[in-house]
Amino acid sequence: MENLHTISILVSNESGVLSRIVDLFSGRGYNIESLTVAPTIDKLYSRITIVTAGNQAAIEQICKQLNRLIPIIKVVDLNINEAVEREIALVKIKVKDEEKSDILRIAEATNAKIIDITDKIYILQAIGDEKQIQALVEMVRPYSVREFVRSGKVAISRTGDFSNIKNA
Amino acid sequence: MSNQTYTGAEILLKSLVEEGVKEIFGYPGGVILTVYEALYNQDKIKHYLVRHEQAAVHAAEGYARVTGKCGVALVTSGPGACNTVTGIANAYYDGYPIVVLTGQVGLNQIGNDAFQEADVVGITRSCCKHNYLVKDVKDLQRIIKEAFHIATTGKPGPVVIDLPKDVLTQKTAFNYPKTVKLAGYNPNYKGHPIQISKALKMLSEAHRPIIISGGGVLMSGAYDELFKIANYLKIPVAHTLMGTGTFPSNSPLNLGMLGMHGNFWANHAVSHADVIFALGTRFNDRITGCLQRFARDAHVIHVDIDPCSISKNVKADIPIVGDVKNVLGCMIDDYEKNKPNIYEVDKIKWLEQIDEWRQKRAIPKCPSDKLSAITVINKLYEMTKDLDPVVCTEVGQHQMWTAQLFKFNKPRKLITSGGLGTMGFGFPAAMGVCAAMPDKTVLNIAGDGSIQMNIQELATCVDYNFKVINCVIDNGYLGMVRQWQEKLFNKHYSQTKISHPDFVKLAESYGALGIRVEKEEEIEPAIKKALEAKVPVIIDFVVEGCEMVYPWVLAGEPLTKVLLSNDC
Repeated sequence: MENLHTISILVSNESGVLSRIVDLFSGRGYNIESLTVAPTIDKLYSRITIVTAGNQAAIEQICKQLNRLIPIIKVVDLNINEAVEREIALVKIKVKDEEKSDILRIAEATNAKIIDITDKIYILQAIGDEKQIQALVEMVRPYSVREFVRSGKVAISRTGDFSNIKNA
Repeated sequence: MSNQTYTGAEILLKSLVEEGVKEIFGYPGGVILTVYEALYNQDKIKHYLVRHEQAAVHAAEGYARVTGKCGVALVTSGPGACNTVTGIANAYYDGYPIVVLTGQVGLNQIGNDAFQEADVVGITRSCCKHNYLVKDVKDLQRIIKEAFHIATTGKPGPVVIDLPKDVLTQKTAFNYPKTVKLAGYNPNYKGHPIQISKALKMLSEAHRPIIISGGGVLMSGAYDELFKIANYLKIPVAHTLMGTGTFPSNSPLNLGMLGMHGNFWANHAVSHADVIFALGTRFNDRITGCLQRFARDAHVIHVDIDPCSISKNVKADIPIVGDVKNVLGCMIDDYEKNKPNIYEVDKIKWLEQIDEWRQKRAIPKCPSDKLSAITVINKLYEMTKDLDPVVCTEVGQHQMWTAQLFKFNKPRKLITSGGLGTMGFGFPAAMGVCAAMPDKTVLNIAGDGSIQMNIQELATCVDYNFKVINCVIDNGYLGMVRQWQEKLFNKHYSQTKISHPDFVKLAESYGALGIRVEKEEEIEPAIKKALEAKVPVIIDFVVEGCEMVYPWVLAGEPLTKVLLSNDC
């Protein structure tokens, strides 16, 4: 059965690593649903979080293939280890005067924040798991959304050691 | 410590010397000239000038295959580097260690579509084990150290180092690193002991076990261990094309090659086995036939140093990640200590069953009075076997006949392109063998199609007196493709009839020896003359055009459906 899997990858922070990973996915016909990359506290390393779809055998093969790349230090399928996941979304809405109180209520209901206000434009920020972000999407849909930006997923396992490298 | 500094080009060569490199194959060009200048000023490394960059990489691989050491190729940027891609992919598929050094335009020109610029790191990314673009001369020594380490450890493979022109002229001190630090690369050599004892139990209790010996057995040098465990447990051994020579062909337990053109009995044994002990093999489709119908009753124990190979095609019941030599060594210790019951009666019954299957052989039939390729290759084997030759091949019918008819008792004697199936591989690979072993008898068994893919290397052979004996099985066709067309495409021989120059005159024009053989009685004198020759040789064996390779399992069919002749 095809499921979405969140794969967390610790890599050496050097040029070309991301393209090696993306090449591996595209060359074998695996699809990337979302992708986030940033350096860890120790700037020698970066963490990459990829969401991809596949059955268990395909995901295992993806993880093995990723592990085979030299600059990749550790690969973890977070569907196996229990994990906490977050996404962030920014929504730019053009608001009429009579809608302003609606937007404030939506923000309150979805745990979103209004982080920028001009005369006619509100920018909402929501942080949460996929469901929470989706709830916000549904609620702002009837309004005049001018721009919607959503990050890929970041995730962290709740227990256990991910790697023995400090600050990574 | 001395304060002396060296250019990147000098550092490159000094590093190669540190890695024990004595021979490299290459072709100069614009941006790599500083390295050729440095080569000119030293005498520790011998450079062989080839006639095409692809041949340099194949030669480096041939060198690596026969010595077990890392081969090295050196080429320029752009077209030079692009020409190496087939060679790099070939070494990647078959898992042989080479380091390919490519020139690159200056750092400030990269990405500007400069003259002879190509994105080598991008182009080679998916066909090499790892690659580097060197951005600072200070990184060069570390990168070379890492490259050789990566190429030769774990599942070996090609590593590419892209060298921008200005990095080769910048200067720094030479202080070659002693160790490699790679957090993300730690191949696992030692198999898990619990898995190994589980495997031993399963093999001891098996009624119909079989060992498949692949290229990994060759890489790890596990011949003695394989021989021991097979004999202790009374398990027959079939081998893949890459595993040729890993098990003595005169042992009663030897089943020979399995797969598409493997032995009838080997394919039947693997299909009816209850336990398959797979050693260093990827279960390529040429081995399994129809994957869904492959060995449906068998439990699979799979040993490989590359975790990706395990459960990729055939699901392993007992996966063991590790070096075959270590794993088998551990299993032998376990066996000798505990002497488990191996249920010998069952195993002997199984061997008797296999012996019954052994009666079924391919029935080669030459469809005309013309010379038969099989006669030629048999004769080649008979006349050279006492010389312990290294036999290279190209890809096609002649390759399969060689694998079937030569009896290889030792590893590293058959040099052939398995995974990628590269026509044009054999001849330059044979040059690499000659460079490594100047006194060895080196055959390149070729087709009239594939020999034309790197025929220009005759000049290289004459220059360095590489006495390769090219035995061209000249049937006027791209024979293997023709064979498929005969059986599967209604005898529509689309673009498979192929012409060639007069090989005798061609050889002579290069300064090599050319011999033509058209009749059976001419074979022996021709081979004799070739073996005595002081120059490279082409023997043009003009053979029947429509001879076919049997046994033959058609692509997509199960291994039990073996064709043994044109009639069945």
